[in-house]
Amino acid sequence: MKLHINGESVEVPNSVDSVTELLTHFQLQDKVVIVELNKHILEKENHALTTVTDGDRIEIVHFVGGG
Amino acid sequence: MSDRYSRQTLFAPIGEKGQELISQKHVLLIGAGALGTGNAEALVRAGIGKLTIVDRDYVEWSNLQRQQLYHEADATNRMPKAIAAEKRLKEINSEVDVVAHVMDVTTEEIELLVEGVDLILDATDNFDTRLLVNDISQKHQIPWIYGACVGSYGLSYTIFPGKTPCLNCLLETVPLGGATCDTVGIISPAVQMVVAYQVTEALKILVEDDEALRNKLVSFDLWKNQHTAINVSKAKKESCKSCGSEPTYPYLSAGSHTKTAVLCGRDTVQIRPPEPKEINLEQLAETLQNQGGKVDQNPFLVNFSINDEHRMVIFQDGRVLVHGTKDIAEAKSLYHRYLG
Repeated sequence: MKLHINGESVEVPNSVDSVTELLTHFQLQDKVVIVELNKHILEKENHALTTVTDGDRIEIVHFVGGG
Repeated sequence: MSDRYSRQTLFAPIGEKGQELISQKHVLLIGAGALGTGNAEALVRAGIGKLTIVDRDYVEWSNLQRQQLYHEADATNRMPKAIAAEKRLKEINSEVDVVAHVMDVTTEEIELLVEGVDLILDATDNFDTRLLVNDISQKHQIPWIYGACVGSYGLSYTIFPGKTPCLNCLLETVPLGGATCDTVGIISPAVQMVVAYQVTEALKILVEDDEALRNKLVSFDLWKNQHTAINVSKAKKESCKSCGSEPTYPYLSAGSHTKTAVLCGRDTVQIRPPEPKEINLEQLAETLQNQGGKVDQNPFLVNFSINDEHRMVIFQDGRVLVHGTKDIAEAKSLYHRYLG
């Protein structure tokens, strides 16, 4: 399936079903992240239940500590 | 009349009026590493009234690739970053009141540091200090600007008490470990990009142009050519302990008892004495010399190489960095063996 992630078109395996799985796919599962799906911010507790579908526009920001 | 700020006052959103405001403002900058030196240089060149710069570390060779205020002699002489930064900043603009503190910032210190401050800039490398900054910002209603970077990635967010969500709202939990500059590296443009976001938002706040603020959490990856900005205003939580309706400022009380800290990715443990004290560095150097090992010093610290693996740096305020270990117990035992 094709997703628009951080402004870029990205091909993701169809097995990726939820936002949680998407984060795992990008190896962000251990990071603190903010996810916006089609212009709506998701609550962190809803990541597992929120499904992603072809054509979704997703923004992912993860927090880092360096400076 | 000096035309030092002419190109900045020609810029309409600042103008002469904005310049006057900038010259009256006091910014507290926590951290004098990559982001800290970038932010400091820009604000001092811009003619900020007063800049207080605080850092607990000293300059090393691995800093020179991106920490723009430092040069080789600072690394050779192990100059405390705050001192080296102050010296360079005063050369850049002698009109600015630059105040430097070689200091580890915890609750006690930050309460004193924020007095009379208009804006706090985050240039730290850890979330413990950031959450401390976040709480003090809410308690005293002082805006602060989060910035962080690693690799070719970076992000920034401006926290305005009463208007935006705070860092505690956005994080919910404290991020643990993860990638740091010491484990996956960093390229200087990632630093400069975050600095650009931070300084621009800082200038807007200093000239009181709140309308112009970005209001978005911005992130980028320069190597992957990605750029994102998210409106996070809905993430503000009424129940937040830092900025909600019944704040308790949890990080202002939590951090105060921490006397040891493992410096992220540095293979270093910091130990603070129970009470700050003034160390006679000359005397200490002599004592350590008599115990074997290699000792050298500058007016701010003593460097003591115990063996090939371990090295201790003792600052004037009694703080010690034990290099070569991540183990707090081992660091403490070395500390007590040599320093009593």
